[in-house]
Amino acid sequence: MSMPFYVSPEQLMKDKADYARKGIARGRSVIVLQYDRGIAFVAENPQSLRKISEIYDRIAFAAVGMYYEFENLRVAGIRYADLRGYSYDRSDVSARGLANAYAQTLGTVFTQEPKPYEIELCVAEVGHTADRDQIYRLTYDGSVADQHGFVVMGGASGAAEERLKAGWRDGMPLGDALVLAVTALAADPAGGEARALSPEQLEVAVLDRHRPRRTFRRIVGPLLADLLNTDSPIAHAPETDEGVPGHHDTLSGEPST
Amino acid sequence: MKGSSTPGEGRSGSLPAAYLRPGSASFTEFVASVAPELLPGRRPLPAGAVLEAPHGTTIVAAEFTGGVVVAGDRRATMGNLIANRDMEKVFAADEYSVVGIAGTAGIAVELVKLYQVELEHYEKIEGTIMSLEGKANRLASMIRANLGLAMQGLTVVPMFAGFDLDEDRGRIYSYDVTGGCYSERDHHSIGSGSLFARGSLKKLWRPGLAEVDTIRACLEALYDAADDDSATGGPDVGRRIWPTLAVLDRSGVRFLTADELAERVEAIVADRRGNPGGAR
Repeated sequence: MSMPFYVSPEQLMKDKADYARKGIARGRSVIVLQYDRGIAFVAENPQSLRKISEIYDRIAFAAVGMYYEFENLRVAGIRYADLRGYSYDRSDVSARGLANAYAQTLGTVFTQEPKPYEIELCVAEVGHTADRDQIYRLTYDGSVADQHGFVVMGGASGAAEERLKAGWRDGMPLGDALVLAVTALAADPAGGEARALSPEQLEVAVLDRHRPRRTFRRIVGPLLADLLNTDSPIAHAPETDEGVPGHHDTLSGEPST
Repeated sequence: MKGSSTPGEGRSGSLPAAYLRPGSASFTEFVASVAPELLPGRRPLPAGAVLEAPHGTTIVAAEFTGGVVVAGDRRATMGNLIANRDMEKVFAADEYSVVGIAGTAGIAVELVKLYQVELEHYEKIEGTIMSLEGKANRLASMIRANLGLAMQGLTVVPMFAGFDLDEDRGRIYSYDVTGGCYSERDHHSIGSGSLFARGSLKKLWRPGLAEVDTIRACLEALYDAADDDSATGGPDVGRRIWPTLAVLDRSGVRFLTADELAERVEAIVADRRGNPGGAR
């Protein structure tokens, strides 16, 4: 019978945490921030594998790290929210409940599985007023933080966080908030020249507090380009949906056909 | 539910394995695996006795160029009594489809609620809208699961209408109790007053009818159904209760407001004064 080497629990946890942190830092950052009409989500993500998703009427999800791990949790979150809303009422689904369930799941995986999840999540719920917005940040070990204002996850998040800390203020219009987030994403953590990020490389979505029922909208195309262009007069997303046939969760600013 | 806050939730508060299992984008299948008692067709039934429960009645639908109109009366009956005067029987299932229900009201409403979540759930998980044919088939499988209840007299027979984004036209589907799904041409009606409504639509509907005229034809068909079927509610001018009417076109589902309906229904009532059958 072979005897395993003794590893102290402290060392075991530290190794797991280091492993998870390294995995998360490899990817690109995601930024979640409040603006005057709701909460905006910005990711540098040119591919169709989404990092930002609708969970429920007023709740959305953003993640960084291993795609298949957070995709699994995203689907679980939608199942959790839909089942709860179906058996109780739509107003009984809260981001806090979901964040708790996620935290328990991440914590269990971190302590009991050989490999921790290499992901970081953000669950945000838009309130009817800005002070009732809830933004929860969840890390690989299951710790939860209730954040105010903004959250930066993944990649070289330290540098981006500094920029947001300097630039973010309460009640920013959407255009300004997106410009700030994109500047933070594009900045070179080593202090070199910032990269240029085109709208096509970004995945942007909002939870718009003034919409009835489902408040999640993706922002793409000309509308996103206009919002990111500081010379353009457009600083807000339209308040009504577009008449173009297709999924109503997308705002593109294109004229209806 | 064993004292936990959400059905199927683990004791530790973490998400149970069934939630994390990859695979189906169907909410019904997920509920069947974690909390089957929440599904209408999965509850054990007492043998024998046939219940008397409120019934919903007449629904009509008609196509027009560029869309489809669905309308329903507001009455629910229980035997010879009126159980409800202002029940809604036409529901938006998602942005491009509506369901109209006839049959046992309680189960029908529960089925519609489940169906709405089913479509939204798919939309969120897959990130795209289900095809119209797919939606019609999902509804069929839900009615099939309800067969046990139907055999005890708790029948639900919906009518489904949607706008087909691929073909750029409206479509109507009807169902039978066994879950058979049939694509209907031009127009259709279900429920106790459907016999009269269908007869009326046959005379009033023509190919190429405009949207306003199709709305009028549907409202008149409901009027005719209420005229001869005691279970179908006519326009209630005193209480200002009007039929529910949804228009589906390429911009989505739109329900007519009470004011819009009042104007149209009052016009029909005025035209029928002294001409109750609406002969023309």
